[in-house]
Amino acid sequence: MRPFTYERATTVRAAAIAARMSGAKFIAGGTNLLDLMKLEIEAPTHLIDVNSLALNRIEATEDGGLRIGALVRNTDLAADPTVRKDYPLLSRALLAGASGQLRNKATTAGNLLQRTRCSYFYDPNQPCNKRQPGSGCSATGGYTRSLAVVGGSEACIATHPSDMAVAMRALDAKVETIQSDGSERVIPIADFHRLPGDTPHVETALDADELITAVVLPKPIGGKQVYHKVRDRASYAFALVSVGAIVHPDGTGRVALGGVAPKPWRDEAADAELPRGAKAVTAKLFAHAKPTEENAFKIQLAERTLGAVLADARAEP
Amino acid sequence: LKLARNPNDPSNSSVSSSESFQVTRRDLMIVGATAIAAHAAPAVALEQPADLTAAQPESFFPTVGFSVNGEPRSLRVDTRMTLLDALREHLHLTGTKKGCDHGQCGACTVMVNGRRINSCLTLAVMHEGDTVTTIEGLGSPANLHPMQAAFIKHDGYQCGYCTPGQICSSVAMLKEVEAGVPSLVTDDLTTPATGSLAEFRERMSGNICRCGAYSNIMEAITEVAERKA
Repeated sequence: MRPFTYERATTVRAAAIAARMSGAKFIAGGTNLLDLMKLEIEAPTHLIDVNSLALNRIEATEDGGLRIGALVRNTDLAADPTVRKDYPLLSRALLAGASGQLRNKATTAGNLLQRTRCSYFYDPNQPCNKRQPGSGCSATGGYTRSLAVVGGSEACIATHPSDMAVAMRALDAKVETIQSDGSERVIPIADFHRLPGDTPHVETALDADELITAVVLPKPIGGKQVYHKVRDRASYAFALVSVGAIVHPDGTGRVALGGVAPKPWRDEAADAELPRGAKAVTAKLFAHAKPTEENAFKIQLAERTLGAVLADARAEP
Repeated sequence: LKLARNPNDPSNSSVSSSESFQVTRRDLMIVGATAIAAHAAPAVALEQPADLTAAQPESFFPTVGFSVNGEPRSLRVDTRMTLLDALREHLHLTGTKKGCDHGQCGACTVMVNGRRINSCLTLAVMHEGDTVTTIEGLGSPANLHPMQAAFIKHDGYQCGYCTPGQICSSVAMLKEVEAGVPSLVTDDLTTPATGSLAEFRERMSGNICRCGAYSNIMEAITEVAERKA
């Protein structure tokens, strides 16, 4: 790990101002950042510990939604009675991710900011445009079984690893932030994660001096909410494919996928196909897919997983 | 092997050639840990460098205070030092093990403020004012924690390396069940979670046992859970 200086931020504004320093990074749970720092894939020269900030509450919003503080731990968010009752998709997605120990530490904002687990990104001996812009992509033409089938580019086919973000996308969450000049903004989750294009190292809409303060859910929309994750182990593994779905009694609803793209994958035009079944939905979701021989199975797997999810949703009250 | 020994230990300098062959398993593990540490950070951060740390600026070597197993501790640490390394190298609480050092195996599991975490994926300096409980704080050979006793009774290990992490994790895991925290296999999110073999297996998936003692570990955990219920 490279040397760095450390400070504990006492206000959100002070944290954002401290982040103006070149090489500075926020640290909250640290479960992904420290992993990457040990490998020197991340090498901040200054860490701003935001854990003392008052961003750990879950509270109702005026319009009947829920504001989730950036520092709410994954365990606490999954266990929150309101989330379990009104946004069960979010609880289910969180509980499908990581391990008990990691969920106790990992935060809501940090989960959104997770970096890919592409094995070439993790191997400093291999070129990777995300890790070292312009160095090339080892995954293209490499072993691609776990990588993206849609949304990728010539420069990068890494997937976004988060389960939680898939649920947030289906629930139309919004990300609230503050910048060092004190200005605040609200970023719809659909615009929060960026597709790689030719700048795969730029992963989100955030500026360097911008701190996530909360993630806000609109008021509950009901429906049967299911998160189904398919992976190589029964527990504690990243998704090959995951399906987060909200299905109403009339057959309409929403679908977001994990494990297939560089961001949670949802298309409102695909949602509209839900009453016509899984095949119609996935045809839309993967209309521009560019699978490889090794990961083409993900498209069929997504269709079948969604089919199972829809059958579940219809079968149960 | 001399390198791996505590440099402050005066007996080091008088190790005879015959003695040097008496390598314990613990010595071997220290060699392993030192090899890892040497790769991760300069040894200056990991030994007992009173004279060397003094020369380092406070911004790279801050002081942090937290309670470990009921005792207040104050340490001057490299900012890069994980809680795991601080426990093992500074406080010599070597019960907590370094397995993968990347949050994948659970061998380093300790409880901080009552919650289980991977001590390898958190910096010591981030724990100002916290309460840390390690395997040494759960029980002692003369006064075993019920989970420790159950692991012995059910033979919940083979090599024993993952065991402190398994025990710390399982003790905290049962508290999570008691507090009603759901898991992936909890059928109904609207009712409080309850314990079952399926629940325990899912909730312990962050602790890997390469010897494959899982079935006996589950027996130990189930016995303690049933006694509590």
